[in-house]
Amino acid sequence: MNRTVPVVAGLAGAALLLAGCAASPAEGDASAEEVTITYSNFISNGGNEENLEAIVAAFEDENPGITVEVTTLPYADYGTALQTDLAAGSVADVFDIEYANYAAYQANGVLAPLEVSNPDAYRPSLLEAYSTDGTSYALPSSFSTVVMFYNADLFDAAGLEYPTADWTWEDERAAAEAITDEAAGVWGSHQPVSFYEYYKVLEQNGESFLTDDGTAVAFNTPGGIEAAEWLVGKSGTVMPTIEQGQGTPDFDTNLFLEGKLGMLHTGIWMFGAFADAPFAWDIAVEPGNTEQASAVFSNAVGVSASSEHIEAATKWAEFLTSSQVMVDTRLDAGWELPPVADEAALATYLEKDAPANRQAVFDSLDGVALPPVVANGQTEMQDIIGEELVEAQAGRKSVEEALASAEERINAVLAG
Amino acid sequence: MSILAAPQAIAEAAESAPPTRMPAAAPRAGRSRAARVRYALVVLAFLLPSAIPLALFVIGPMIAAVWISLHDWNLIAPMRFVGLDNFASLLADPATGDVFLHTVGYIIGYLPLVYVGGLLLALALNQALKGRSLWRGIYFLPVVTSWIVVALVWRWLLNPSTGIVNTALAGLGIDGPGWWTDPAWAMPSIVLASAWKDVGFVMVILLAGLQAINPDLYDAARVDGAGPWRRLWSITLPMLSPSTFFVVVISLINGFQVFDQVYAMTGGGPGGASQVVVQQIYDLTFRYGAAGEAAALSWMLFAVILAVTVVQIIGQKRWVHYV
Repeated sequence: MNRTVPVVAGLAGAALLLAGCAASPAEGDASAEEVTITYSNFISNGGNEENLEAIVAAFEDENPGITVEVTTLPYADYGTALQTDLAAGSVADVFDIEYANYAAYQANGVLAPLEVSNPDAYRPSLLEAYSTDGTSYALPSSFSTVVMFYNADLFDAAGLEYPTADWTWEDERAAAEAITDEAAGVWGSHQPVSFYEYYKVLEQNGESFLTDDGTAVAFNTPGGIEAAEWLVGKSGTVMPTIEQGQGTPDFDTNLFLEGKLGMLHTGIWMFGAFADAPFAWDIAVEPGNTEQASAVFSNAVGVSASSEHIEAATKWAEFLTSSQVMVDTRLDAGWELPPVADEAALATYLEKDAPANRQAVFDSLDGVALPPVVANGQTEMQDIIGEELVEAQAGRKSVEEALASAEERINAVLAG
Repeated sequence: MSILAAPQAIAEAAESAPPTRMPAAAPRAGRSRAARVRYALVVLAFLLPSAIPLALFVIGPMIAAVWISLHDWNLIAPMRFVGLDNFASLLADPATGDVFLHTVGYIIGYLPLVYVGGLLLALALNQALKGRSLWRGIYFLPVVTSWIVVALVWRWLLNPSTGIVNTALAGLGIDGPGWWTDPAWAMPSIVLASAWKDVGFVMVILLAGLQAINPDLYDAARVDGAGPWRRLWSITLPMLSPSTFFVVVISLINGFQVFDQVYAMTGGGPGGASQVVVQQIYDLTFRYGAAGEAAALSWMLFAVILAVTVVQIIGQKRWVHYV
């Protein structure tokens, strides 16, 4: 291990020298038209790298003199890499962020305020999500929703009606119980036990995660307990337990692909992976209890406040998030949805098959549950609720105990 | 390198190396000034390749960590000086005690297992066995394998429902534990995988120690009627004590710094049951935006390791026998 250190240092030194040599003649040209901007992303990782390249190529064609250098990282490593780059002052000119982290980055001053040339191109709610005091600090690059996937063959075999948009938890529970056949390894419904599911089921039950002013949690109520019980109670009844593998990466999607799962709560980014499933499947809006609430996730790109090429970087950020090339590329590839205002542009999306009921994606936008966001302690808050819910799922705590403990711990974090 | 060189040095010392092996280039008082400068430059040239990385990547960061530990810093916003607040809040936080307890628990499980395992292997492979080199190679293989690979394999072996270990236990009529999904078994799972991976390293060190023992001692003991146990107890173990000392010191230092296997096997879970000090340093820095506290915690860890090592070096006089 230690041996690599001097080698890397040597290479880095050599690279610096080379970069120095290469840069000096360019500076001498004085025209200052040739600009290279860097873009660090996770959105193209895992199958959409070539689609991103196509968008970059179109941008470079339209903007001679600007070159975009792309770095792609897996989602799991991206946050750590971005923070390290920010700390070291080596952050890319343009970089991906998620909605949940926007507030923290904006508050810490790493995002440049943007002059958006065509704000009308964007879906207003999404543009709004990345604005602070009326100024855009990032541009939405895509959005996706979470829906309920179902294996139609398993529904047929159990003699059940397919799920519809007006299903409630009770309908899902009944169908899941009818489909579950533990001896055959077939399970009724899978929903991860995590922060990302919990804030949503809270809203499906008319509750919310944080108080209105965002200074404390609001989930330790009878309705919040009921929502948590709905989530963790699936484990061991209609969903495998942790010991059976639940919660490990890709466990749920593999189970679905093997034809051994009746219903799966996951994002529309799985369409591509399920396209070749050897059974009939479709999607429906997720059932609620007292109201419908679907998770909507969006990604965005920010321009570094320390960038030396803010103008060129903003140009690229706008192209990446609102150009027709981007819309066509995304719809063609079934890569998350483009954040554009023009509904007609999305028509081709609805015409495609697999799944047939793509209308559910847009119907799910009628009731949206956005992740609760705090400026400090976001990750810790997410970790704590996830950990406590898993304690309840494993039966080491009652749901009441877990939520009371989560309330105390998260409030301590939020109080600083 | 230095780790593997040490027992070699011990072995050589046991042979009482002749003085002719000492470097002959030591400067004498009568030499010219130019010659002394030249000598110093040569020494410096040989030192630089390791001194520069050491300064850049070890000493420098350690000093920087002192500076960071005195600040509130989330890696993104400018640093804010807070004096010793980070140390105070760590001492007040029950999580700090927990992560040190978990780390010590790991060492208590790991050290005896890896030492006894390494000793048994070394004793076995010190015999005139057929294919001895091959066996040594096989047992050393895990040492040079990436922790990520080893951790994934062990996660799979110890999978509560589909793993080989629990399947085998079920065949014997035993209901296997939940291993890394059970808070009580998460740390034992990590200890098991760690001992398996490191036992080859301990074996190599102890083998070198065994081979430095003068065979005449055993012959003399046999003549005096000492049986195998007596020879092990009265000759092998005392003569091996310098190697044992080295293994214990290195294993304790590594044990306090345990991280890779925890990160890859349990991530500190379930419910924080296997959260160790270095994992906590990582989480504080990269997940919770508390790089100042993380730097403070890393200096606390350094202080603990230093104290434990000093105690061992003082204590060695009681039980380590250098020939």
